[in-house]
Amino acid sequence: MMGPMIHPTPPGTRDILPEEMRELRALEASLRGAFEEYGYGEVATPTIEYAEVLRRGDERYANAAYRFFDERGDLLAMRSDMTIPIARLVATRMQDREPPFRLSYIANAFRAVNPQRGQMREFTQAGVELVGAPAPEGTAEAIEVLSAALDAAGLTRAVVGLGDADLYRQLLTELEVPDEDGDRILARLAVHDLVGLELAVDEVRGLGAEARATLLALPAMRGGPEVLDRATDLGGDAVERATGRMRATYQSLAARGVADRVRLDLGLLRDLGYYTGAILEVYDPALGHILGGGGRYDSLLGRFGRELPAVGFALYVERLHVAQTEEERQGGGEAG
Amino acid sequence: MPRVVEVTRVRAGGPLKLALPRGALWPETLDALDRIGVDTAELRSDSRALVFESGGLSLVTMRPSDVPTYVEAGAADLGITGKDVLLEQPERIVYEVLDLHYGACRMVLAGREGDTALDEDERRLGGMRIATKYPRVAERHFEETGRRAEVIEVKGSVELAPLSGLADGIVDLVATGRTLADNGLEVREEIASCTARLIANRVSHKLRAEEVDDLVERLRPEGL
Repeated sequence: MMGPMIHPTPPGTRDILPEEMRELRALEASLRGAFEEYGYGEVATPTIEYAEVLRRGDERYANAAYRFFDERGDLLAMRSDMTIPIARLVATRMQDREPPFRLSYIANAFRAVNPQRGQMREFTQAGVELVGAPAPEGTAEAIEVLSAALDAAGLTRAVVGLGDADLYRQLLTELEVPDEDGDRILARLAVHDLVGLELAVDEVRGLGAEARATLLALPAMRGGPEVLDRATDLGGDAVERATGRMRATYQSLAARGVADRVRLDLGLLRDLGYYTGAILEVYDPALGHILGGGGRYDSLLGRFGRELPAVGFALYVERLHVAQTEEERQGGGEAG
Repeated sequence: MPRVVEVTRVRAGGPLKLALPRGALWPETLDALDRIGVDTAELRSDSRALVFESGGLSLVTMRPSDVPTYVEAGAADLGITGKDVLLEQPERIVYEVLDLHYGACRMVLAGREGDTALDEDERRLGGMRIATKYPRVAERHFEETGRRAEVIEVKGSVELAPLSGLADGIVDLVATGRTLADNGLEVREEIASCTARLIANRVSHKLRAEEVDDLVERLRPEGL
């Protein structure tokens, strides 16, 4: 007797059977409905791009997980998100059109992650890009659409964390922390190592007690709008400017009726290189992982030759599905 | 009686769930809980239960190396484990929120007392043979110091490796250095100093910020 035949799929990839696919498609339809309602038309871009084009958007594409040569010897890469392909699209195919552009997508992306931790290397993202709308209104609109998408998915308890990508960097510059020390500090912050952050801050020579306290206090500040007042009390131009930006966004969110959904978080630091200003993360109490993220990338379009402010978010569809299931199980949401 | 509660992958509401490390950090972890008024009598009993409710917390007990796994997935909101464990699992996305300062150890490279095999390996063979329970810490250390090593992962007593000729040196965690001395080994290089750390799930750190911060402040060692 022969054993069962094994024909594996590559690590981090999988087949989807009808029962699951039916639910995924229903979820995607509700997200698409929310995007369309706000006038975000769906676009598609190629799964493979020239590695050089993706790298123009983010240097780290130099290490993209899936790169290969085509028959002509050109280096191609699989996209790891949709933001850079859409930036390229806006700068090329849509160059004759007038901004703002409201675009949405539901598409697969590819990343080198460790599949043993339940993360997939091929996964589906659903999101929007709002190009040509500056902060704070553009940011607030994107968050409003995000909120509507979460509601459409039945994740009424999901929360959006709003931070500022420039805050900590500008603070380090203002405090005249040498670049080398600053990089060490940012590296600790990027991996959420608050113990290491304190050690790295203490290594900076000639740092005053107040500056030290500010650097250590900010990453722990998260909550409602009162957080901005507490941060402003710490003083300094960088904090003043960042809290000013966040306050303006928050006011617009309040006017749109979605401020309740947002938690301000001065410790937020997304690991993508192209973010400027506002950054977003999405959480649901029923799930230990983030559901998605996003933010402003006001300088990305310029790298493709068309200077336009932009903001967007991406949700992980498979994780939304898990969160939906958990919310149903816990009776906490209104998924269905 | 400790109430055995269901361990789910995810949770909403209810008491904060804290993952506790059985093993070397266990006694001092219980002492730390006593200090913040959490009754540890049941934990100290010889109960085989894995989950306890006490002091407004849900306490789950496990191997130290499993703590980051549970916390990253959100099966525990917070956890206590050694820095050595965190160094060996750098890909885990968790907040490292507090140095608890107990369980102090050093991660070291050790070789046989008075033996030149390690240096000789490097000079003549281009790299050392190192046995360790911490392959990623070891590999990173040699990379960072511009050297090459053949790293052999073992699960049990790593001191056996240089004694039996499996390797010429070891990378391991030492507290007092007694085990090394008893086996004729000596510290050659110090790689990192490790203590117990409090870690937090990324979502819990945001959505249950006040409770998390409150526990952090209560557990913060005095005088720091």
